[in-house]
Amino acid sequence: MIGSVDYGVGNLFSLKSSFAALEIETEVSGDPDKIRSWDKIILPGVGAFGDAADKLRACGLVDLLRDEAAKGKPTLGICLGMQLLLEKSYEYGEHEGLGLIPGSVEPIAPKIPADYKVPHIGWNALHFPKGKPVSPIFRHIKEGDHVYFVHSYSGCNCADSVIATTEYGAELTAAVGRDNVFGCQFHPEKSGEVGLKILKAFCEL
Amino acid sequence: MITKRIIPCLDVRDGRVVKGVQFEGIRDVSSPVELAKYYSSHGADELVFYDITASFEGRKLFTEILTETARSVFIPLTVGGGINTVDDFDRVLKCGADKVSVNSGAIRNPKLIHEAAQKYGDQCVVLSIDAKRADGHFCVYAKGGRENTGIDAVEWAKAGVANGAGEIVLNSIDTDGVKNGFDLEMLEAICDAVNVPVIASGGAGKAEDFITLFKTLPKVDAGLAASIFHFGEVDILNLKRTLADEGIIMRL
Repeated sequence: MIGSVDYGVGNLFSLKSSFAALEIETEVSGDPDKIRSWDKIILPGVGAFGDAADKLRACGLVDLLRDEAAKGKPTLGICLGMQLLLEKSYEYGEHEGLGLIPGSVEPIAPKIPADYKVPHIGWNALHFPKGKPVSPIFRHIKEGDHVYFVHSYSGCNCADSVIATTEYGAELTAAVGRDNVFGCQFHPEKSGEVGLKILKAFCEL
Repeated sequence: MITKRIIPCLDVRDGRVVKGVQFEGIRDVSSPVELAKYYSSHGADELVFYDITASFEGRKLFTEILTETARSVFIPLTVGGGINTVDDFDRVLKCGADKVSVNSGAIRNPKLIHEAAQKYGDQCVVLSIDAKRADGHFCVYAKGGRENTGIDAVEWAKAGVANGAGEIVLNSIDTDGVKNGFDLEMLEAICDAVNVPVIASGGAGKAEDFITLFKTLPKVDAGLAASIFHFGEVDILNLKRTLADEGIIMRL
C-alpha cells in the first residue's frame, strides 16, 4: 500500500485523485501504525516550513519517517514535503528538517534577477544533471518535460542529491534523490501527464 | 525557462457551461467536466471555472462539478465567482481548486485578500479586476462590469498585491467581446505596478492577438479567453505551436 501522510498541512484531494487516475490504491493517514504498514510513503505539504515541521513533530512523525526511510522504504516528498526532507530551512527563522537529504532551504529571491517574479509560479522545464544516470522516478519522462511549480524557497547545497534542476534566472533545485528517498519541488499532481508518469514511476520502485 | 500560459475560462451556471460551446468529439458540450478534460488533454496550461450561479442549489451543483473535474483533470484549477468570505475559499479548495479568484468580494470587504492569504498563502489568492476607462483613468467596475466603483485599477492592483494577492487577472471591459486584441495599454499599466504574475483577459479574437500580447508585453504571464476556445475559433494546441514558432516559450 502507498500512503500519503496527513499531518494537517495541505490539501490531499489532488494527490488522491492522481493515484485514482493511475488506478493505484492509496491511503491517507496520520496514524503512526498505519504509516509503518505502508510500502511507500508520500509526504505532501504546502505553507510555511516552520509550521509544517512543528506539526510533523506534534504528530510524532519525525523519528518515524527517519526510521522508515532508514529501513529502505521509498519516500517521496512533494513541494514543502520535499523541503522537509532536507537538513534545515531559513524560511522565517531557522528550522530543523528531517535531514534525509543533505542541504538547506533558502529563499530564491536573492539568487535570481530583480525583475523575476516571486513566487516562481508556472510551468517550467526539468533538466537532468549531466553525466549522471537519470533518477528512477523520472524514467517515464524526458529531459525538458514541463512541470508545474509554485514556490518562493528552494533546496540549496544538496550536492550530488540533485536529480533535476529548472532554469528561472538561475539554476534552481527541482528535485532531489538519495537512495530510496526522493523529493519534488514542483507538483506532480498538477503537472498533467508528465506528473502522473513521475508518480507512477515512484509507485513502481 | 518558465512558459507563458494559455488559460480557457469556463462560465458555469446551474452546472452547465454557458456562452455556448461548439465542439466535435465531445459528447456533452455543455458539461464542465467533459470540456475541462478536453482542454486539459489539448494543451491548456490551467483552467478557470467561473461560477455565475445565483441560487443556493446552483452553488451546490457547482461544487459537485468542481469535485468531479478535480478528480479527472491534473492541471492547476482556479475558481472564481461568489467568493465573499474565507469560508468560500475553504469550500472550493476542499473540492480540489488550487487557486481562488476574488473580484467583487474583495471590493465589498478589502480585508478578504489579506485574511485568505494568511490562511492559504499568497499563491492561492488571485485578484480578478474588471476595469474600464472612465474619467481619464482605468476604473475598477463591480457587479459584472455594471457599476463604476471609482477605484483606480492600478492602485487597486498594488493594494491587492500588498495584501497578499499572488496573481492578477486583468479583464478589460473596453476590449472584452470586441475580439480585436487584448488591452495592451491597460495591461502595461498594471504590469508596471506589480511584481506578481499578470493574466490578460478580454479581447482575444485570433492567434495573432496572443502573439502581439506576449511580444509587446513580455511581462504578461498568461492569456485567458473563453468563447474563441469554446467555439473552436482558436485551437489551444495550434495556438501554442504558433506562439512557440514565434519564439515564445510554451509547454508543448
